[in-house]
Amino acid sequence: MTITEKILARRAGKTSVQPGDNVWVDVDVLMTHDVCGPPTIGIFKKQFGENARVWDPEKLVIIPDHYIFTKDKYANRNIDILREFASEQNLPHYYDVGSERYKGVCHIAMAEEGFTRPGEILFGTDSHTCTAGAFGQFATGIGNTDAAFILGTGKLWVKVPPTMKFVFEGEIHPYVMAKDLILRIIGDIGVDGASYCCMEFAGDGVEALDMEGRMTLANMVIEAGGKNGMVEPDQTTFDYLDKRTSRQYELVFNDAGATYDSVRVYKSNELQPMLAKPHSPDNKATVFQERNQPLTRAYIGSCTGGKLSDFVAAARILKKQTVKIDTFVVPSTNEVAEGLNTLRLNGETLAEIFESAGATIGQASCAACLGGPADTFGRLNSDDEVCISTTNRNFPGRMGAKKSEVYLASPYTVAASAITGKITDPRDFL
Amino acid sequence: MSHRIKGKAFVLGENIDTDQIIPAEHLVYSLEKSDEKVLYGKYALSGVPERESGLPGGGIPFTPPNAFETEFQVIVAGKNFGCGSSREHAPAALQIAGARAVVAPSYARIFYRNAVDGGFIIPLESEVDLSKEISTGDEVEVDQVRGILKNLSSDRQFRLKPLGDVADIISAGGIFGYARKNGMME
Repeated sequence: MTITEKILARRAGKTSVQPGDNVWVDVDVLMTHDVCGPPTIGIFKKQFGENARVWDPEKLVIIPDHYIFTKDKYANRNIDILREFASEQNLPHYYDVGSERYKGVCHIAMAEEGFTRPGEILFGTDSHTCTAGAFGQFATGIGNTDAAFILGTGKLWVKVPPTMKFVFEGEIHPYVMAKDLILRIIGDIGVDGASYCCMEFAGDGVEALDMEGRMTLANMVIEAGGKNGMVEPDQTTFDYLDKRTSRQYELVFNDAGATYDSVRVYKSNELQPMLAKPHSPDNKATVFQERNQPLTRAYIGSCTGGKLSDFVAAARILKKQTVKIDTFVVPSTNEVAEGLNTLRLNGETLAEIFESAGATIGQASCAACLGGPADTFGRLNSDDEVCISTTNRNFPGRMGAKKSEVYLASPYTVAASAITGKITDPRDFL
Repeated sequence: MSHRIKGKAFVLGENIDTDQIIPAEHLVYSLEKSDEKVLYGKYALSGVPERESGLPGGGIPFTPPNAFETEFQVIVAGKNFGCGSSREHAPAALQIAGARAVVAPSYARIFYRNAVDGGFIIPLESEVDLSKEISTGDEVEVDQVRGILKNLSSDRQFRLKPLGDVADIISAGGIFGYARKNGMME
């Protein structure tokens, strides 16, 4: 069996499962946030009763992150609902807005807080919950009804997915980032190329990636229709988790005879900086092919491209440079924001590098990645905006105005393009 | 639940994502308070680019301006309907607007699951892409038992795939009805 099959079999109490089997599994962690948490709570109370208790407060994690710094009264009310529920249910893992515990983007916060443990099952009311597959956890997105069912029972039915394997052989060029790898894959197989499947990443190119790079890969499997991402845990995984959790986890690896639905092999040294052009994540092009395309805005942030290593990459390019277009920098979490103020490149903090380049730094949250209320930081409020972004989706209207255009790219490419105001290959500045 | 759904078709292309089904700025309204819930009907499919809204001609809003309900009961679309975010507000919005079924050759898995487990709307799979065979406004009838979509306006009929494993959940009205029927919860 593959890792995914083994995890699902264990938690279903079975010795083996096959792709296509429907099984009921015990849930290790349920995560929700401010957009889907309130309706989930509503369904939970309707189905299990006003005074119902959640199945296991220790296994529930609530991280408000989507609509935080807004005056929208409904959005603010949703935070109140989460706060009230956390207090009523005595929840130990609630990260309240305006408190010292506030984190920011849930998928990054989940890793920082050590909830992304190998061998476990994580469900979250957000499609990018698949990010945690980077740690060898079975992690996937669900809706409010399924989440409410878990809140009351601790269980959920799940169909065992076939696993597609993506192997990167050899060393990856220093100007190519994990984002380029996953954009290439999505462009090759299409936005439904991995529908219902697990996408597993392997090979020495992947083994050489740090945890944040692996998270970028697993994060975007949903953009190919994938159910979950998977990277076999190794010393890099253990070293990260040793600093984040003292909880024991069971190690699950692929069996030697594991069966894959397909195996696709890439020669790492043939990979180029990549783009997804408007309006689909599979609208593939190399940065070189689209060079000189004029832009009005650059955006660096989100669960995909707002981790500390993403900002280190951007800062390497922006150091001693000036941006030509509006450039927004949004750390995913408060821990990343702290890193911008403490981590230095040749004496300057990352924050100083961004500010002296003319970029604007926002507060940790999902911000404009998904548009959101009109007063959201960095939101594309005009149809004329053409933005290059480190985020994950460029559907029509995704970042705001319906006719605005979004190019998806790596932090290197976004930073290089911010300097010139047009799509630019990062090799020009590295 | 009736096995037949009859009504007007609303036709869309491929890869209709959940941001198009219900743009993120609208995800703030309560799904429990009736005065807010109707807003999901008002904004259902409001993110679809104008020229692609109501094929083949486009330019037809799913819900008319200033209205809260649609005149279209059956959405006919191309492959990978409902891709993108996990927002359950998407199948809910289509139901709140008054639609009862979607017919597409394939679905993104979270949307499909939400539609079924929440009992919002029936996601039927057509054997081929019908978005070029049916026009917005055509009178259609879906017969779930016989697995047929009949275009009453053109008198043509098309085959649908059987619902398979999820038929029991759909007939129970969602995952909670199913679990109660099967003694999994009180």
